[in-house]
Amino acid sequence: MELTINKNKTSKQLLWIGIVAIIMFFAGLTSAYVVRKAEGNWLEFVMPSWFLLSTIAIIISSILLWISVKRIKADKHSFIFIFITLLLGILFSYSQIQGWQQLVSEGIYLTGEGSNPSGSFLYVITLLHLLHLAGGLITLGVSTINAKKGKYTSSNYLGIELTSIYWHFLGVLWIYLFLFFQYI
Amino acid sequence: MSEDHKETFITKYIFCQDHKMIAKQFLITGMLMGIVGMVMSLLFRLQLSNPGESFAVLEWFLGEKWAPDGVLDPNMYLALVTMHGTILVFWVLTAGLTGTFANFLIPLQIGARDMASGFLNMLSYWFFFGATIVMICSLFVESGPASAGWTVYPPLSALPEAIPGSGFGQDLWLVGMALFIVSSLLGGLNYIVTVLNLRTLGMSMMRLPLTIWALFITAIIGVLSFPVLFACALLLIFDRSFGTSFYLSDIILNGEALHNTGGSPILFEHLFWFLGHPEVYIILLPALGLVSEVISVNSRKPIFGYKAMVGALIAIAFLSFIVWGHHMFITGMDPFLGSVFTFTTLLIAIPSGVKVFNYLTTLWKASIRFTPAMLFAIGFISTFITGGLTGLVLGDSALDINVHDTYFVVGHFHIVMGISAIYGMFAGVYHWFPKMYGRMMNKKLGYIHFWITFISAYGVFFPMHFLGLAGLPRRYYTNSEFPMFDNLTDINDVITFFAIIGGLIQLIFVFNFFYSIFKGRKTVQNPWKSNTLEWTAPIERMHGNWPGEIPEVHRWAYDYSKPGAEEDFIAQNIPLKEGETEH
Repeated sequence: MELTINKNKTSKQLLWIGIVAIIMFFAGLTSAYVVRKAEGNWLEFVMPSWFLLSTIAIIISSILLWISVKRIKADKHSFIFIFITLLLGILFSYSQIQGWQQLVSEGIYLTGEGSNPSGSFLYVITLLHLLHLAGGLITLGVSTINAKKGKYTSSNYLGIELTSIYWHFLGVLWIYLFLFFQYI
Repeated sequence: MSEDHKETFITKYIFCQDHKMIAKQFLITGMLMGIVGMVMSLLFRLQLSNPGESFAVLEWFLGEKWAPDGVLDPNMYLALVTMHGTILVFWVLTAGLTGTFANFLIPLQIGARDMASGFLNMLSYWFFFGATIVMICSLFVESGPASAGWTVYPPLSALPEAIPGSGFGQDLWLVGMALFIVSSLLGGLNYIVTVLNLRTLGMSMMRLPLTIWALFITAIIGVLSFPVLFACALLLIFDRSFGTSFYLSDIILNGEALHNTGGSPILFEHLFWFLGHPEVYIILLPALGLVSEVISVNSRKPIFGYKAMVGALIAIAFLSFIVWGHHMFITGMDPFLGSVFTFTTLLIAIPSGVKVFNYLTTLWKASIRFTPAMLFAIGFISTFITGGLTGLVLGDSALDINVHDTYFVVGHFHIVMGISAIYGMFAGVYHWFPKMYGRMMNKKLGYIHFWITFISAYGVFFPMHFLGLAGLPRRYYTNSEFPMFDNLTDINDVITFFAIIGGLIQLIFVFNFFYSIFKGRKTVQNPWKSNTLEWTAPIERMHGNWPGEIPEVHRWAYDYSKPGAEEDFIAQNIPLKEGETEH
């Protein structure tokens, strides 16, 4: 007797509902930002230019991952695309850290004397996004190895598909956060 | 997964992926935590009825440090109140109730072999277990457990040096809660996906038993609201441990001005209650679901207004997200905003009224079987009404301001949420015990348990409304310091008396539960003559639930006393007879 579970469908749903939970998490944080900002005593700041590089990196990485899934579905070689996606993910992380250093050099601190919730929010929210991205990097790493070994075929691509859904989500989330901090 | 695969002690009882065993793990952990939480309440009740008096039992439980000469230390009083609330709200009524019955009933009642992911399910329990260990450890740290109330409002919770309970105990509280939230999310993900995907053939959504509807919607509320609590707690951790100022501003502590500027404690309240209010329904909806099932089975009648019941559950869930402000009427909220929250809050009376009306109409002219489960289900209706009525007072900003933070609130939420949900849980345990352990619980002990619990619960919480109307604030260590409350001493004596009786009687339940696991009368497959699928599964526990094919479903779960039928129940897997119409 087998447990007849449609693994494909349930895995994707589990991921999507997990994503909904993450959306609520960031919705909570960004709405806290809005509520707090409305109360005044708020330091205005300019977004670090490094974050623009982050944005470009993550958009390109998403496009490459999208192409690699398409190629896998057509039984074409995809390793190099996934690998570059991973590298762009690492570039994203690097640019985030550089962005924080840029903030520090401008006198915007996470904590301590002279810090203001406006700056703290920026640090904490981007840090939490980066932590979620770290999970994405791990799955991308595993996917890269699997692609190298030729494990993905047009009939077996659930792993890379789940990775790509999560990665695209992280990209969209970042773009939302970027625009949010830029314009709100 | 084969049904006859070998199980070792560890894979069967400890790292088990079978949903039925995980349910029992949740239930027993929840029960043990329930006892801890209840004992705490009895300890601080002694102080409230006899302020400053010495009790050997206090020193026995708390030691010389926290109860010198048998007198409760004020800091320990705050800690007991905090931990009692935390444990009962999260450990017993969230994990103990949902963890148990969602795990146990979802696969069995929808006709699935197990949850969508047994592994995530196991992880969910073990995160909960880890959270439990951390919370228990926090009781024993040098500076005492968390003391800022179960709502952990800053600045008390955000400044480690504020009071002893703001120290390491509060850190452990936050770590424990973080683990707890992860556990809840993993569980919730699984429940939702299981209900959506693994229903057996013929089990359409509108044929689901109301228990499953309630647990399904509870899981959705949890997935939407717990992440916000997580965000809220994370910012608090940053404030406590890393020196940010999200919730802190302009504070002078021990004569020293802190560097924090620009923070807002009200922000914490917004974030907290955005979870906090849905949490009320995370607790209540499973109880509503269990009670619906128990009432219908024991009334031998279809539940009245099935679709309206589903609609009411959905409406309550939706409204629960737009009423959080009613916890914050006295935070200086704009009166117009207050009136908006009043409006949305009072709207909840409509779906709640639908539920109560449908329960009563199901009972109306029924040939009721008064099993202990049924008594608790009827008890639930009683407390849901009495507690709900005082909710109208508290939901209205103009009235709430007068009794905010008094014992009126304590009485209200204990009756409508605490006692109701506990009754739902008891109803569930008595009703599904035969399915869980293949044996029956003792009925007579069940009756004794019900009646004494019922009387003492009202004995404790009903008088609290009068204390509140007289202005007695909640959370105060002593009420003998204020002459205006002197004439309330007798009421406090009565409350403590009933609390002790109500507490002691739970020992009968605990005894009945554990004794019956081993020595209870053996059950037949379907002892309550119920329609739902779990009773078509064999009595012996097996991984996979049914030998051979999973039963197919041909009708809804409430074909009781159907005209023309031979018996007064027709299980869901019996095909419609020729010419027979669905309900």
